[in-house]
Amino acid sequence: MKFGVVVFPGSNCDYDTFHALQNVMGQETVFLWHKDHDLQRVDGVVLPGGFSYGDYLRSGAIARFSPIMAEVKKFAEAGGLVLGICNGFQILLEAGLLPGAMLRNKNLKFLCQHVHIRVENQKTAFTNAARKGQVLRIPIAHFDGNYYADPELLAELEKNKQIVFRYCNEKGQVTEGANVNGSVSNIAGIINREGNVLGLMPHPERASEKILGSEDGRVIFQSMINYLEKKAGRGKKKATKVVKPKVTPLPPLIGTF
Amino acid sequence: MIDEKILADHNLTRDEYEYIVKLIGREPNLTELGIFSVMWSEHCGYKSSKVYLKRFPTKGKYLIQGPGENAGVLDLGDGLAVVFKIESHNHPSYIEPYQGAATGVGGILRDIFTMGARPVAVLDSLRFGPLDNPKNRAIMEGVVSGISGYGNSFGVPTVGGEVYFHECYSQNPLVNVCCVGLAEKDRLFFARAQGVGNAVIYVGAKTGRDGIHGATMASAEFGKDTEQKRPNVQVGDPFKEKLLLEACLEAMAKNLIVGIQDMGAAGLTCSTTEMAAKAGTGMEINLDLVPQREEGMSPYEIMLSESQERMLIVAEPDKVQELQKIFSKWDLDAVVIGKVTDDGQLKAYFHGELVIDIPVKAVVDLCPAYRRPAKTPAFIKKISRFKMPEMPSDLNQVFLQMVASPNLADKEWVYRQYDHMVQVNTMVLPGADSAVLRLKGLKKGLAMTLDGNSRYAYLNPRRGGQIAVAEACRNLACAGAMPMGVTNCLNFGNPEKPEIMWQFKEAVEGIAEACHQFDIPVTGGNVSFYNETEGKAIYPTPVLGIVGLVEDVSAVPSAGFLGNKEVIILLGENKEELGGSEYLKLVFDEEKGQPPALHFETEKRVQECCRQAIRQKLVRTAHDVSDGGLAVALAECSFKSPKKIGFEVKLNDQIRTDALLFGESQSRIILVAKEKNARKIMALARKLKVKAKFIGKTGGKKMVIWHKKKKVVDQTVEMAYNAWKNAIPGYFKISKGE
Repeated sequence: MKFGVVVFPGSNCDYDTFHALQNVMGQETVFLWHKDHDLQRVDGVVLPGGFSYGDYLRSGAIARFSPIMAEVKKFAEAGGLVLGICNGFQILLEAGLLPGAMLRNKNLKFLCQHVHIRVENQKTAFTNAARKGQVLRIPIAHFDGNYYADPELLAELEKNKQIVFRYCNEKGQVTEGANVNGSVSNIAGIINREGNVLGLMPHPERASEKILGSEDGRVIFQSMINYLEKKAGRGKKKATKVVKPKVTPLPPLIGTF
Repeated sequence: MIDEKILADHNLTRDEYEYIVKLIGREPNLTELGIFSVMWSEHCGYKSSKVYLKRFPTKGKYLIQGPGENAGVLDLGDGLAVVFKIESHNHPSYIEPYQGAATGVGGILRDIFTMGARPVAVLDSLRFGPLDNPKNRAIMEGVVSGISGYGNSFGVPTVGGEVYFHECYSQNPLVNVCCVGLAEKDRLFFARAQGVGNAVIYVGAKTGRDGIHGATMASAEFGKDTEQKRPNVQVGDPFKEKLLLEACLEAMAKNLIVGIQDMGAAGLTCSTTEMAAKAGTGMEINLDLVPQREEGMSPYEIMLSESQERMLIVAEPDKVQELQKIFSKWDLDAVVIGKVTDDGQLKAYFHGELVIDIPVKAVVDLCPAYRRPAKTPAFIKKISRFKMPEMPSDLNQVFLQMVASPNLADKEWVYRQYDHMVQVNTMVLPGADSAVLRLKGLKKGLAMTLDGNSRYAYLNPRRGGQIAVAEACRNLACAGAMPMGVTNCLNFGNPEKPEIMWQFKEAVEGIAEACHQFDIPVTGGNVSFYNETEGKAIYPTPVLGIVGLVEDVSAVPSAGFLGNKEVIILLGENKEELGGSEYLKLVFDEEKGQPPALHFETEKRVQECCRQAIRQKLVRTAHDVSDGGLAVALAECSFKSPKKIGFEVKLNDQIRTDALLFGESQSRIILVAKEKNARKIMALARKLKVKAKFIGKTGGKKMVIWHKKKKVVDQTVEMAYNAWKNAIPGYFKISKGE
């Protein structure tokens, strides 16, 4: 499958996500420059973490006006798979591709730490490789990750099974103590009604290799691959391109293509 | 025209002024005087320290670039180079903690990427006054959020460092930031304005009035009017810096750059004069072309502004267009403001008039060097004598008190505000002896640590300097790493006082001797003098940053206990040394005696033994014994244990129990291994002539230490853990939220 990682000015997990998809998951991966209008016929789009446009004004508020976002919107509306991680989630909210809003963390501090999240709905394009109620250990790193939805929206999200991940403790219990940023109903990630756009605050790309302390993040990428392969298999047969990239300590230059 | 008041405002002496007149053959105008004053400030000119800094070893087997460039460079093999440096931002951080610390990070990042390296890690050494004072808490909160705000947004992980508290830092917090970058060895860039006729290009943020005379400010003591110096502190924009990084690296990869230098302290002045001086050329610039944020700026202001996120590039004229295209892609200014000349002069025009015409060599290379008088302070004799206090009856209680001392307690409150994982290389998280980065696609990795102990340096600056080097190397050994090179940040009081100068000289000589012993070069660093407010100086605080090579990252041990019933081995020897310990300060409020003794041969053997055991994959957990002593080191292994595993240790040393538990004798490392491997470690220790013994086993939920068949520590891990964990957050409790 072919994935595209969008590069906004100020994105800083773009290469990390690229590395996880290409070097760890073995998928063909390209960078998508924010000023471009071309999605390069990718099968899935990832909006990575970082501080797009410095996150000045409000996290994700300026990025949604980028030329590439118009294409991402069209892609999503046509059923394309879109994953927003951290700042990417914030951008999806600002762009109206997902409902709700982000507030500052409840302790008013940036938080970088490993957390546990429980898979609340394993029947999505992003979680089909997970077991029911599986607990994933994945790090967070954000200032504005306190997800807010008003009671009506919350009820709707519940009803449609749009809440995909909740902060929980090691044992999978959804507790107040596990809710480090103060999100409503411990929400760590949600999906749109159509099921093709998902946003989450934790960083799966930071938990995709044993040497980094956890491989649980691969569940999300693997689910996307499973879904896309199945979809491709139903239509025209599309051979999965196996990429054997040369992995280097220094990232390639980003945004030069 | 230039009177005594103007000279005083510029921190120049009458003699220095006369020397300037002699060098340029006439009276300087005010702008020229400003240029000399910043370049000859202590901060830029190292005038009090130069004569001593020459004692540092500057050769080594990994060395590519030693002192004199923006940062030091070491050879990592596989075509890679490590570029690293430490800088202080103490004065600005006291005046405006958030921006002071943030721009400290920004400045050191530019020092690294100006050489062609991508910053891969930041470490900070922070020192504040005690936390029961609200002002100190406010400074600490501001500094930590400043580092977090800048580093996180830029996308560099802050992977380690140290945080200390002491009264002497109440009005003089120390903020030392170290950055480590990775470059291709054959694509390094230097600050040289080579090629007469080449274009001089200004890139990055526009110039404003912020930070004028920042370097001069950092070269004087603070008085009561410090608050008024706030306009001297710069304001940072990490977003712009991130764009600047990507644009510079892209231009470098495309070979469009001849020379490049960041505009840090002393801004345009420093970058123009230094680049020309290093290449033996001159430079001619038009100040009207400098992108400006404010209207009506004078030549003086343009030349001395310390606005952040700016660089000066020298490029061949036919490459300028392509270069500008790259910067415009990243939405940045790139303006040709002048050209390289052959006359050795810096000439600047403003509204068509020649306003600066001075020889760059005079500005850069002829700053006077002083051998200032040094004298042993009177207090040294008094504090070195010390009577051992009576031992407290309940050491079990003292143990709890120790782990909850802010200097020894958990620092997660600090480092969880830093993104320490971005770039997905961090394999040992903050809080361990050293941070370790894997290198994608390679077996090897990079370890790094910052270390300093100002109490030791106060009692005996020479030994304090030696121990700082030894301990930093020991930290690296605990990750199985071989030290490759050193950067240091030397924080001292006013060098015009002979007692301070003596502390400086002693500390530098101690560091130099230790670096010779460990055979590691000093590749650069920073001297920060004048850390005094209202006549009170900080303790001498040399901070060492050392990077090390890990041959095989899969062998790196954990900082905490991993399993039950594993054998705990102590390398080295417990001695009755309590001088300068955290224990003496915390329990008896005494800062006296001599810091622990250091024998280089023993130290080197202990480190080698640790390194070899790790490389042979015999070690599950490794931790060095330092501040707080053996009991605290063991406790830390439980606290860092994913399952919070306890231990039982039995000791029979013929020394006082408090010295055994909390004494800070050097050259000791705790290694934990499975039974079979533990025997192999013992054999290795015998072979290397290192004292080693089994002292106990991991397991259970309690931490128990016996001394001569008496239980002296007996605590549940849970209780001690909570005391350790909650000590620092306890000072920052807010009514809402947490």
